[in-house]
Amino acid sequence: MSANVEPRRWGASLEPNLFELGRDGRRATVMPAWDGDPVDVTLPAAYLRTDPCDLPSLSEPEVMRHYTRLSNLNHHIERGMYPLGSCTMKYNPRLNEVVAAMPGFADLHPEQDEEDIQGLLCALNLLQDALCRITGFDACSLVPAAGAQGEFLGMHVIRALHLANGEPHRVEVLIPDSAHGTNPASVVLTGMKPLTIASGVDGRLDPEVVRAAVGPNTAGIMITNPNTLGLFETDIVEVARIVHEAGGRLYMDGANMNAILGKAHPAKMGFDVVHLNLHKTMSTPHGGGGPGAGPICVTAELAPFLPGPTIVEADGVFHLDDHEGECRPAIHAYQGNVGVCLRALAYILRLGGDGLERVAERAVLNANYLLRRVVDEGLLQVDHPDGCLHEFIATGRDWKEAYGVRTLDVAKRLLDYGVHAPTIYFPLIVEEAMMIEPTETESRETLDEFVEILRAVRAEAAADPEILHRAPVHTPVGRMDEARAARQPDLSWLGPCNCG
Amino acid sequence: MERKYTKEHEWVTVDGDVATVGVTEYAATELGDVVFLELPEEGSTVDQGAAVGTIETVKSVEDLYCPVSGEIVEVNEAVLDAPELVNQQPLEDGWLFKVQMSEPSQADELLDEGDYASLIGG
Ligand SMILES: Cc1ncc(COP(=O)(O)O)c(C=O)c1O
Repeated sequence: MSANVEPRRWGASLEPNLFELGRDGRRATVMPAWDGDPVDVTLPAAYLRTDPCDLPSLSEPEVMRHYTRLSNLNHHIERGMYPLGSCTMKYNPRLNEVVAAMPGFADLHPEQDEEDIQGLLCALNLLQDALCRITGFDACSLVPAAGAQGEFLGMHVIRALHLANGEPHRVEVLIPDSAHGTNPASVVLTGMKPLTIASGVDGRLDPEVVRAAVGPNTAGIMITNPNTLGLFETDIVEVARIVHEAGGRLYMDGANMNAILGKAHPAKMGFDVVHLNLHKTMSTPHGGGGPGAGPICVTAELAPFLPGPTIVEADGVFHLDDHEGECRPAIHAYQGNVGVCLRALAYILRLGGDGLERVAERAVLNANYLLRRVVDEGLLQVDHPDGCLHEFIATGRDWKEAYGVRTLDVAKRLLDYGVHAPTIYFPLIVEEAMMIEPTETESRETLDEFVEILRAVRAEAAADPEILHRAPVHTPVGRMDEARAARQPDLSWLGPCNCG
Repeated sequence: MERKYTKEHEWVTVDGDVATVGVTEYAATELGDVVFLELPEEGSTVDQGAAVGTIETVKSVEDLYCPVSGEIVEVNEAVLDAPELVNQQPLEDGWLFKVQMSEPSQADELLDEGDYASLIGG
């Protein structure tokens, strides 16, 4: 067979899937035959398999190469800069992986007896304590599997408090127009009602707007701090007073916590609940659809509404308390995505309090360095150019007017230079938005290179906008038809006959 | 037929007391490719300014507002199947729904062509 052999140009063809690569009879692992007593299978006949399971048949090296090639087709933080604003794509230290893979953690089964999993319970308890110290709160639940699920649980907990207080009418939740879309969505899922409030001209929340919006039906407010414009909500204490006086509670979306680690406590700002995105702030892997972790920390008042079982310690022994007879929410099996939590614990313990503070300092320094350079050198326009926290939002308005290229085109062209695109078209209140977050893990040289790439792309836009309209051209696949992908998603592989 | 406009970038044309509603060309361009639409139920009664549906594009999801009060008498099934019509022909085949107006004078008070043009800075 000599058909179609040609030197492999990387990215020349997309990778076949495991079924297409496999050959009948090939095996990576052969299980020894069962030589014990026959097992009495009591499953109903309807559930017993009659045909062998259709699994791909490959050798171990074939599987390894397949996934390595796939990872080469992708852009990732280990390949290049990833300035995806709000998502905090920071580098994940390898030590975290070593810790999470320790057999004492990785080989446990969640149904094991408490006495067998004391080490894990101790680690999780330590993480809960650390997160409470970082946020200034009294209790923590590690259960939520992502930020959005943390929001859902946090709002549910606030709802449960109002119900327990005999105030079922409190269903209105104020949300600034700069919020992430998951905020209103989480509120709707709890059966409450999101009310959008406008952020002020300086990009921050105006206490007077909050005062005008609260009332007897106010359940609370959800605030991202620093907000999605990369700005600290300087009036937060006043806002907290207004909302509390109206009988509401304050939820903090902590997705941007890396900007203020060790510098400011959500509890001291007046919040009642915060969620932390461990897959952002605590350097555990992110992207690719998870798993993530979005633990919430709450005040003592809200602690009785956290999901069970909770970890309790007595005389150095850890115990899982089911809280029998109490009505507690269930949103995820067991204690959440434990592997992600362990990575976060490793990160926190390795850095310590001082180290975490330096994370925030570096994240803010890097973002401000980049902000200054792109603004002062005329590469990007920023509506609030005086300074930012961990990220800043540029607008592509001037690119559109001067060269007829849109933010989407700029983002696509950046891919050709080996940089992941920033977050684009978010927040919605900024026209042609580009949300840039370098994170604390990038060196000055990397930031400088990003500036030079922007300069090159801007020069291309001025000389020949078509270069940007056609981009990307150096990536494994060209410009995606995003509309068709959303309108006619083709998500399942139905066998080779489907690929012709 | 005179076309009226709203601040929410919708257009309205009136035939008798039935108003046809769609999104403006400006909105269709700014929003980007429409991938999904949620339109009101035929037969439902709506108030002026109420959110009656959503328009989802590759960039975002926006509410659709009803520019006039009345009863929804027809929705455009064609755009539900082919949302790209909203981008291709926002003023013709990309119309969204029709309202039997309960207060036809509301339509007169909407923005005219000139007001809308100055709103979008054109
Ligand atoms: C500000 C903000 N809040 C919430 C979320 C939701 O977090 P997750 O993606 O983990 O559900 C994000 C995600 O990007 C975010 O940026």
